[in-house]
Amino acid sequence: MQRRAVLDLSRLPEDAPSSGSLTWWGTLAFMLIEGTGFALAVAVYLYLGSLDPGWRQGAPPPAWGPGLGVTLLLLASLVPNLLLMRWARAGDLKRTRLGLLLMAGFGTAPLLLRIFEFAAFGVSWDDSAYGSAVWLLLGLHTTHILTDLVETYVLCFLFFTRHGDHPRRYGDVQDGALYWYFVVLTWLPIFGCLYGLPRL
Amino acid sequence: MSAQPALPTAAEEAALARAWSRRPGFWGALAAVDHKVIGRRYIATAFVFLLLGGLAALAMRWQLATPEARWLTPDLYNQLFTTHGTSMMFLFAVPVMEAMGVYLLPLMLGTRNIAFPRLNAFSYWIYLAGGLLLWGSLLIDMAPDVGWFAYVPLAGPQYGAGKRADIWAQMVTFTELAALAVAISIVATVFKQRAPGMALDRMPLFAWAMLVTAFAIILAMPAVMIGSTAMILDRLVGTHFYNPAEGGDVLLWQHLFWFFGHPEVYIIFLPAVGMISTMLPTFCRRPVFGYLPLVLALVGTGILAFGLWVHHMFTTGLPRLGESFFTASSMAIAVPSGLQIFCWLATLWRAEPRPGDLTRTPMLFIIGFFATFILGGMTGVMVAAVPLDTQLHDSYFVVAHFHYVLVGGAVFPLIGALYYWFPKFTGRRLSEARGRWVAGLLILGFNLTFFPMHWLGLAGMPRRVYTYPPEMGWAGVNLFVSASALLLAAGFLLLLVDVALSLRRGAPAGDNPWDAGTLEWATSSPPPPYNFAALPVVRTAAPLWDGNGPLPVATGLATDRREVLLTTVLAASPETREPSPEDSIWPFWAALATTALLIGSIFTPWAVVWGAIPTTAALVAWFWPKTAEEDR
Repeated sequence: MQRRAVLDLSRLPEDAPSSGSLTWWGTLAFMLIEGTGFALAVAVYLYLGSLDPGWRQGAPPPAWGPGLGVTLLLLASLVPNLLLMRWARAGDLKRTRLGLLLMAGFGTAPLLLRIFEFAAFGVSWDDSAYGSAVWLLLGLHTTHILTDLVETYVLCFLFFTRHGDHPRRYGDVQDGALYWYFVVLTWLPIFGCLYGLPRL
Repeated sequence: MSAQPALPTAAEEAALARAWSRRPGFWGALAAVDHKVIGRRYIATAFVFLLLGGLAALAMRWQLATPEARWLTPDLYNQLFTTHGTSMMFLFAVPVMEAMGVYLLPLMLGTRNIAFPRLNAFSYWIYLAGGLLLWGSLLIDMAPDVGWFAYVPLAGPQYGAGKRADIWAQMVTFTELAALAVAISIVATVFKQRAPGMALDRMPLFAWAMLVTAFAIILAMPAVMIGSTAMILDRLVGTHFYNPAEGGDVLLWQHLFWFFGHPEVYIIFLPAVGMISTMLPTFCRRPVFGYLPLVLALVGTGILAFGLWVHHMFTTGLPRLGESFFTASSMAIAVPSGLQIFCWLATLWRAEPRPGDLTRTPMLFIIGFFATFILGGMTGVMVAAVPLDTQLHDSYFVVAHFHYVLVGGAVFPLIGALYYWFPKFTGRRLSEARGRWVAGLLILGFNLTFFPMHWLGLAGMPRRVYTYPPEMGWAGVNLFVSASALLLAAGFLLLLVDVALSLRRGAPAGDNPWDAGTLEWATSSPPPPYNFAALPVVRTAAPLWDGNGPLPVATGLATDRREVLLTTVLAASPETREPSPEDSIWPFWAALATTALLIGSIFTPWAVVWGAIPTTAALVAWFWPKTAEEDR
């Protein structure tokens, strides 16, 4: 086929603002998938609860302590997460390393507290449908903390090697930070559902 | 931008070929991430599953040809209809449609590879593993026997003894994981990798259809993943999601399944109508009539598809107000489908074909689609009415209806698309003479097989029965149906023969054998590993029909390494150059580790814990930069 060149792309930039990169769109698509998953898991909880008001079968409302602790830790982690995003956007190697270390800590702490949160519900997954729905929601969210945390550990390690200081890796850090917002924000409606509804 | 950019030289094209070719040998094949390689594998594998599913159907028809036959045991019959339906829906229909997108979209959109090509490769391996799990289980008499929608309590721990239902549920996890991975690649490719100037309103309708399909996958598939995970948990660790004795509910399964299952029909159907909207203008020699209404119909169908699921549950005793709502929404979805049909008819009405254009094999399948799909649509409107559905539910009438919709609405356009794009895939044309026989046998064989099933259903024959007594009076029609199924099978056999012969001896296709207007025809057949040495620049919806002399192209992307152009979402203005991933063996290893985890978890929950270790290790290795290119 005959062609004629009408456009030269050689001077286009090689690194894009976040919304210009493929990974940003990929992360968004992942959030849509997992957001749908969370919404459906909440729907399962509400559906089963609406069928039978006595579905908790005498299980007490969950104790506040560990769940509140997880929530506060997650909310507090938004600050270092925001800083990490800024530092990565600026391509500041030292601060990005610091931010990743901070986020590794802020990811690990709620995970440890989560162990106690499972116990705070006083119900096992095989006691009743209520127990099953609680463990499903908590388990699903815990999986998300865990996967993002593993990614943070890997990125943190990577940034202390020669591979760290490259524009694409700073982009990866920003996408990881974006995903952490999602992990924190999806927890809030789940928290409201798990802790509020049994007290209504 | 400089005034007179130069076209790529022969040396630059050779460098491009080196940069984009996959490595030779066995390990090179496992590491390939080229969308054309993955797309071809996906399409070929899906057709193998189609043939296997077809053989299962023939076995069932042999059994039903005479009353009180003893050829298949009831248990094997249950396994066969479950494997048939599951294979056709999860292993053929959805994957083959996505695979056509994987192969064609980067070419149609004018880019060098799909977005996230390693994810795409991972998806193929996961899909293959899911398919082998299902068909492997049939070989050892352990296949699921609970129907393709695996209703509880039949599939629950109380009645579904053994591991059969678990295999079904985990096969779902495989195929949905694969489908979601491709959907992400498709969304990112369509949004960010279109050729310069291909604004959204210049995008081929097939790309629109795949975009809407990808979003439907993203929003629908999580429902069945949550549902089937809950099913496995009920069976493996004693949760009570579907156990009414402990506060669970069996209808919860039906809600979760059909919230996915109904959009699934449109996930299969929308790519097919996208294919029609792309093929029809080529043979009518004019742009499609009503581009905007067609796009709106695609989007409208995608949205409405999520408001219909309860019409699969009309006989479960739901509140009447709910039933009325879902009757209305089920009838409403006929509107965008009807709109598309009228746009296509208008395109045909004002066609300016050259002699023979309208009787080419792809066109024969499009005409077959019209006749067959419209019949399926009509019976769809019928069973959307609750009183009629109550009578016909779980009867052969429903079997006839959904085969009309799925085979007429999706398989016929797909086979037409195979005849249309085979020259691009292989560089050779399928035979027109054999193609006409294939079309005749398939369309006639299909209608003779499935039309009488409407009558069988009205006469009271339930679906999923392994035999029937002679006094029911169904024997004659069943024999006729089974004999017609042989005609249908002959059509598929001839298609297989045509593909095998044409791969070796088919007429050379050239770049653009149909003289079509979209970008996949602007490169050689089959395309080089890099698709386009210089990216096309788009000014209309049919860039090759512009008639303004040579094709305008953009140069300046790297020729010594893998690089793609990213453009803005709406107008497709050039934005950045981004490296495209190199080949990697790690998606294969990650898929293998995931397979071990998922199959292990059929037997013990600890497989999730132990399996997570190699899976995570493979994912980290996949992500870890290994070459200087990956540090860019």
